[in-house]
Amino acid sequence: MTIAIAGGALDAAGTGGRRWLAEWQLALPLGLAFTGFFLAPLLILAVVSAFDDEQITRIGFAQWIKFLGDPFYWKVIFDTLKLGLLTVGATVLVGYPLALVYLGARPALQRILLFIVVLPLLTSVVVRTFAWIVILGREGVINGVVMALGLAPAPLRLLQTEFGLVLALTQIEMPLMLLPLLSVMSRIDPNLMSASAALGALRWRTLFRVILPLSVPGLMGGCLLVFASSTTAFISQSVIGGARLVYLPLLIWQQSLVVYNWPLASVAALTLLISVTACIAAISLIGRKIARHVDG
Amino acid sequence: MGRRMSVADISYVLAIGGLATVALTILVGPVVIVLLTSFGDSQSLKFPPPGLTTKWYEALFDASQSRQIHRAAGNTLWVAGCATAGAILFGTLAALGLARSRSRLARIADTAFMSPLVLPGLAFGLAALMYFTFLGLRPSLELIMLGHAVVIVPFVLRTASASLSQLDPALLESSASLGASWLYTLRRVTLPIIAPGIVAGGFLAFIASMDNVPVSLFLAGPRSDMLPIRLWGMMESTLDVRVAAVSGIMVASVLGLMLIMERLVGLTRRMRD
Repeated sequence: MTIAIAGGALDAAGTGGRRWLAEWQLALPLGLAFTGFFLAPLLILAVVSAFDDEQITRIGFAQWIKFLGDPFYWKVIFDTLKLGLLTVGATVLVGYPLALVYLGARPALQRILLFIVVLPLLTSVVVRTFAWIVILGREGVINGVVMALGLAPAPLRLLQTEFGLVLALTQIEMPLMLLPLLSVMSRIDPNLMSASAALGALRWRTLFRVILPLSVPGLMGGCLLVFASSTTAFISQSVIGGARLVYLPLLIWQQSLVVYNWPLASVAALTLLISVTACIAAISLIGRKIARHVDG
Repeated sequence: MGRRMSVADISYVLAIGGLATVALTILVGPVVIVLLTSFGDSQSLKFPPPGLTTKWYEALFDASQSRQIHRAAGNTLWVAGCATAGAILFGTLAALGLARSRSRLARIADTAFMSPLVLPGLAFGLAALMYFTFLGLRPSLELIMLGHAVVIVPFVLRTASASLSQLDPALLESSASLGASWLYTLRRVTLPIIAPGIVAGGFLAFIASMDNVPVSLFLAGPRSDMLPIRLWGMMESTLDVRVAAVSGIMVASVLGLMLIMERLVGLTRRMRD
């Protein structure tokens, strides 16, 4: 009875169809859960950061002042964002050419390539990080090759260096770059490429004048995901980077679970949240600018 | 293609082909190396290992030696199963609710529900720990489930929405004009068509929960140990080669599951689109 009435009311409101509730209401359960268990905790983060003491009794901005007044913390922020940008750069450098190969491959090969891209993504981050310890270690794969070829007098130090970490993150994050890229690439009309070639354009020219502009949305999507993921990759950062390389995630973990200074941990977490969001906004803004430029 | 390749074209093939080879090596190499290491008899992760052995797997399956790992693995599977069930239910409902709405509010809600994918998970993990503590709740598997469910919902939401956007509205209209109720249409038309998308999304959500570190790191306690956190501990303290054996099992199971999912629902294509 009530169902019929509700349906009639909706029809009168012009939503069409016979429904016993408005369609958008189906999103309510998730909306409530999301508010209660995602937005509310994030709000608590902001509240806790505005307390002076570790017991969370005195309101004040002492922790913010301490954090933002200390060059050490600024360096940590800078290093974290730099790590994200380096990883984005490395994944674009090798990932984009792989996407080009995918674009030109036959369907059967495309399916294999896609499988190869997805497999590492579904393999636990811990497993992938562990693999890089084996690769980068003193007696690891790279040093084995280097020593065998006599390229260096002593094993190279790769673990606990920024270079080693970026190398590892390049593998760990590359699927996130490739999936949006392949998605956009597979929608590019192949006739455009053949037309460009038939008109005598060199492959480089076709790449920069046809393929690259059309793949900007996928490239930006990939950059966004890789940046977001690499800046918060706590396990990889702490295991491969070690204690010598301090990034915001390590700081958050130390302050909250080792030192138990929740206000300072909240300040660090909010700083991570805000700076990553700002960079993501900047990346997508640039992406939209370029896309508009291409269209116009 | 009768045209001869110019020097510039050769440089293109070499540069792009070379970089793509590097990319493929970087993607596949580590997975292969983990598998080889798990059968290697070196204590110090020397590679290539001097000989082959299955002792790490034997140690891993030994109930008395690896009880804690077994418990952590059990917890992780249980949490992932429950969190995925919740994510599928709530995510599918939300996808149905938002799919055909063009309103501004619906777009904002959609963006918000997807935001756990890009927002730093660690910030949310800490936030959840403080939130639950202030509510007077102690760390438990149920809280980890809740936290995981929120961050894995985007996977279901994305694939379900993608399937819905490909659903022909004419099907729904003809079903309605033939007198079928909304619920009947949902059960007999909409759900069967979007089911593969939901399964694919659910699989990705399950893997994401199994793999989750940022939330588990803060919400796991002595009684609610999670596998990734335990493995991390094993890597940080002494380099325990059993990590390689666990990794080997995880790689093998993911590979198997992926092949099944590829058959069932065309998983990789859905991930690309």
